[in-house]
Amino acid sequence: MVTILRTLNGKALLVAFAVTALLLALIFYGSRDLQNFDAALITYLFGTIFALFGVTYRYTVWIQRPPTWMYFKRGFQLFFNGRILYHFGFFLKKSVVNIGLQKFVYPRGKYRWLAHFLIAFGCMTAFAITLPLTFGWIHFTLAPGGIDIYEAHFFGFTVFNFKLGSLIAFMTFHALNWSSYMVIFGSLYFLRKRLTQPGLIATQNFESDLLPLILLIIISVTGLGLTYSYQFMKGFAFDFLAVLHAISVIIFLIWIPFGKFFHIIQRPAQIGAHIYREEGIKQGMAVCPHTGNQFDTQMHVNDLKEVTKELGFNFDKPDGTSHLDLSPEGKRSLLAKAHLEARLKGGNLFG
Amino acid sequence: MSIENMYNPNLEFFVDMQRCIGCKACEMACAECETNGHESMIHVNYVDRATTIQTTVQVCMHCEDPVCANVCPADAISKDEFGIVHTANTERCIGCSNCVQACPFGVPKKVEEYDLMMKCTMCYDRTSIGKKPMCATVCPSGALFFGTREEIAEMRPNSTPVNTFIFGEEIVNTKVNIMMPKGSNELRIY
Repeated sequence: MVTILRTLNGKALLVAFAVTALLLALIFYGSRDLQNFDAALITYLFGTIFALFGVTYRYTVWIQRPPTWMYFKRGFQLFFNGRILYHFGFFLKKSVVNIGLQKFVYPRGKYRWLAHFLIAFGCMTAFAITLPLTFGWIHFTLAPGGIDIYEAHFFGFTVFNFKLGSLIAFMTFHALNWSSYMVIFGSLYFLRKRLTQPGLIATQNFESDLLPLILLIIISVTGLGLTYSYQFMKGFAFDFLAVLHAISVIIFLIWIPFGKFFHIIQRPAQIGAHIYREEGIKQGMAVCPHTGNQFDTQMHVNDLKEVTKELGFNFDKPDGTSHLDLSPEGKRSLLAKAHLEARLKGGNLFG
Repeated sequence: MSIENMYNPNLEFFVDMQRCIGCKACEMACAECETNGHESMIHVNYVDRATTIQTTVQVCMHCEDPVCANVCPADAISKDEFGIVHTANTERCIGCSNCVQACPFGVPKKVEEYDLMMKCTMCYDRTSIGKKPMCATVCPSGALFFGTREEIAEMRPNSTPVNTFIFGEEIVNTKVNIMMPKGSNELRIY
């Protein structure tokens, strides 16, 4: 136990506690002193709080690693370098294209993209609906003076209303069902791919690659089952489905910091890498001393020299330059040249 | 049978760059690798085309302490129990190119349209079930060989496999060997 405590990261613990405390405060005030809090969702709330603590802890540990910290630090420096509005626009554009639409998946296959988009969109909409409901930030009431207008409140403020029995009401009340269908179709595509493609079969493992898909399918199927149970089967097996749904969702939530789902949190760093690249190009490109061609931004090359040294690698050459000054092609060529020289010294090219 | 039982640790990769004739058969074969998603990952380059027709061939050397994995800000590169350094995990890789620029052998490739790093995994779909990597099965000149130490010793009696490389101040040990003059124990690049 003492050993485990010693391995904990102090900074990360502090940040995780602070963020969790902030969420608890927001839950308290957002639900108007808990009067709008739905006690039936308490188990989901505990799962979410644990997930937030775990995600914040892991994220903070993660960004402290030298290469990650370098990007994090540079990302902030470049973002606030006097062109904040431009970078904010760039960030928004990339967020829509890369995070919202996941455009980079499309060149790897249109069905692959569609399946990934369905899972991502399904999960994001489900999060957007269930988290505020669990926190008591959103709740619905009948509008005063009638029984056919429903009002949605956010943080206690009325944000919109709709007529019961209308198309908007149907779409709103079944929003989680649409998310479930999206997640099921997307997950089945990837499950099929993972069970049939030799390259994936060779490199995957059950808990990292198959279990997340199975879990998403269980969550979605049991969620849909709740609707079908009360609408078409007179509540048949409702309690069983509700418990199964809650268990699978809570496993999903508490597993976010540890498994495959952490990439949902990690992925926006890709936008930081794009800003870093774009700003680096403006500052100047590095030229490979072997090929004579530009191959990377000079800022990246310089930062990598620093990061590799911090990690215990020293590629400095006797002449004061670095092996990292070379492009990948230059590195390969110099290795081949060194090999040729060694062979020539050995007196036989082929041995 | 589990993969662990089928991977043959006695089989090793031996590269002899001077034997490369630049035919690029390995490039075509590499694109058949299932773990690469049918993208060719092997590198065949002219060393210095203005002065020599010498070509060089480069597979991932699968370093003992892989720089690529160390500099990855997204923890996307991992090394398994057989010493294979795997290509970037697609869900984690943020396409920053740290690994591309830090690899001392110039191996990882950034595929811009996927915003993803990809590299040789020593045909893990094949080697994990006891087969040879695609490139080594088609190389006509013996520049790429996958087999036992006894086999290579018999084929190349005047050479020694070396897996220690010196890049300035850095010593890098790898799983893949390069064939050197007999008695060598390292290849010094600088």
